[in-house]
Amino acid sequence: MNRLSAIVTAVVLLLVIGITFGTFTVKETERALKFRLGEVVRTDFEPGLYFQVPFVNNVRKVDARVQTLDESPQRFLTSEQKNLIVDTFVKWRVEDVEQYYVTVRANPREANLRLSEIVRDGLRAEFGKRTVQEVISGDRAEIMDLLTEAASLAGNSLGVTVLDVRLQRVDLPEGVSESVFNRMVAAREQVARQFRAEGQEEAERIRSAADRRRQEILAEARREAEEVRGAADAEATSVYAEAYQADEEFYRFYRSLRAYENTFNDDSDMLVLSPDSEFFRYFDQLDSLPATP
Amino acid sequence: MAWNEPGGNNRDPWSSGGGNRGGNQGPPDLDEAIRKAKQRLEGLFGKKGGGGRGFGGGNGERSSGGPGMPGAKGIGVIAAVLVTIWLLSGIYIVDEGTRGVVTRFGAYQQTAGPGPHWHWPYPISAVQTVDVSQRRRVTIGYQAVAAQQTRPVLSEALMLTEDENIVNVQLAVQYQISNAADFLFNFVQPEATLKSVTESALREIVGKRNMDFVITEGRTEVAQQTRELVVDTLDSYDTGISVVEVVIQDAQPPEQVQGAFEDAIKAREDRERLINQAEAYRNEVIPRAQGQAARIGEEAQGYTARIVQNARGDASRFSQQQQAYAQAPRVTRDRLYIDTMERVLGSTGKVLIDNESSQQLMYLPLDRIMRSGSASAGGSGESSGSSMNNAVSSSDGSSRSQSNTASSGSLRMRETR
Repeated sequence: MNRLSAIVTAVVLLLVIGITFGTFTVKETERALKFRLGEVVRTDFEPGLYFQVPFVNNVRKVDARVQTLDESPQRFLTSEQKNLIVDTFVKWRVEDVEQYYVTVRANPREANLRLSEIVRDGLRAEFGKRTVQEVISGDRAEIMDLLTEAASLAGNSLGVTVLDVRLQRVDLPEGVSESVFNRMVAAREQVARQFRAEGQEEAERIRSAADRRRQEILAEARREAEEVRGAADAEATSVYAEAYQADEEFYRFYRSLRAYENTFNDDSDMLVLSPDSEFFRYFDQLDSLPATP
Repeated sequence: MAWNEPGGNNRDPWSSGGGNRGGNQGPPDLDEAIRKAKQRLEGLFGKKGGGGRGFGGGNGERSSGGPGMPGAKGIGVIAAVLVTIWLLSGIYIVDEGTRGVVTRFGAYQQTAGPGPHWHWPYPISAVQTVDVSQRRRVTIGYQAVAAQQTRPVLSEALMLTEDENIVNVQLAVQYQISNAADFLFNFVQPEATLKSVTESALREIVGKRNMDFVITEGRTEVAQQTRELVVDTLDSYDTGISVVEVVIQDAQPPEQVQGAFEDAIKAREDRERLINQAEAYRNEVIPRAQGQAARIGEEAQGYTARIVQNARGDASRFSQQQQAYAQAPRVTRDRLYIDTMERVLGSTGKVLIDNESSQQLMYLPLDRIMRSGSASAGGSGESSGSSMNNAVSSSDGSSRSQSNTASSGSLRMRETR
């Protein structure tokens, strides 16, 4: 009994030790390399539980998830020698674990460095061929495709798959941004002035048209009025003529008297008269009465 | 929870049963069960061994000395209880709106929906729960500081447009986790990936547009296209994230140029205002002119009436008088003449001058002489009705006319001028 329980205990202990040191798990997020005395013997592990011989085998696990190479923003020159600040990121994932281990010691930082060199080089080349305009709007997708392609090639040699290289930000340097703002302000001012000038133009048109219309209305009214007056004058003239033709001599006499009366009707009028006018015929010649016939 | 704490006296016996350290998914009432089990164990050992000295001591005592059926029985009971507890620790509950991702030895097994479930306990299986119903948010160009409060992040918000202007765009992406397993296993930082992909897409789309379009009618289109681009990119990544909505919160010219933009808007208003004012002027001037025209027309009509009626009246008067005159021409003629002259001379000033000496006298200011006599009472107003008056300036003349009786002063004045 005593021996039995000792054996049981020993077996249990051995099992525990064996399970602890003789197995390893590969998680869903991992890839693994199994070495036998320093030599890689197996890399194609699906996630799960595996056995190993303690002290003979050892296992190196690497992160199999998609990793990001987020480059710090860098300056690149375009074909018209303008600087652009470019921020890119690369999404990559370990594909060939052995290759990955051999080339970069399964170190993501190392892999990032290698990829970053490739991407930077590609960016410099592609930006150098293009203008700012093309980089920003036209060829962005194309540049990203080209960079992805270049990075994929480089990635293959490192045992990684490059999913994507994307331009995250493409900005102008600080000082240039300032001048862009100034240009934008100037452009807006131009627009504002144009709006105001257009307003003035339109207003002037409307006002002058109104003035013209007013003058037309008034001129037409005057013309009509003068015509009416002319007709009235003509009628009056003919009425007078008809009446006065009856005795022209009497008209002259009669009209003259009316005119005298109307002309000299004010106190302040001063008549300087000669006593020998018709009116004063009897003024100082009493005796002239019999002389007149 | 005591369950998770590394209790030293729990470890030794349980390691033989396969260990139980990781069963943290178990329901809380397991604590209770364990405590009871412990008490029972202590009871069992208390009869046989020294009691209360711990399990390691119990084991050693059993192997060294005290054999017998109760000891073996006790081990069996202990083992059974431990195995039961171990198995029970595989129970886990998935809340509504979350998913449990089960892995066995690290390999993905299944995704469990809401409800109670069981998996092989540690170290065989493990479960990770992921909230799949919560709408999460990634913001570009601003940060939510507190509820309803945001802080702009200019380095993200300012971007170039096709016409090489700079706009300030703030955008929010709402997303859900559509595939919990993908979300957990595929990316190192899925959320950060979504953010950088969104930023890249937004800048790509805005870079293809003119600034005016982006800040005015193009907002929804930009959001729409950004969404498409983000969705396409994420599809190729298998992030387990699905984009629900992409909303542009704000698209504005940058702060540095906002004044100019406002001024441009103001200018547009000014234009309208100027036009409106001109139209108001037109609406005022033309009716007035029409009124004036009507007045001119009416005045002409009035003139016609006046002139014609006057003519008729005059003609009638003349005709009648002429008829009367024709009956006695000579007498009537004299009468008319004398009557008229009487009226004329009666109401005006007059000077009678002899013909021979009249030439010198004509230089005398006759009106002045007369006025000094006749108008001394009221003569404040110097009438300009007479043609002769114009020779002398009015203020001078009025004062002089009252003080001087002699005519020589006025005469001199005339010569000096």
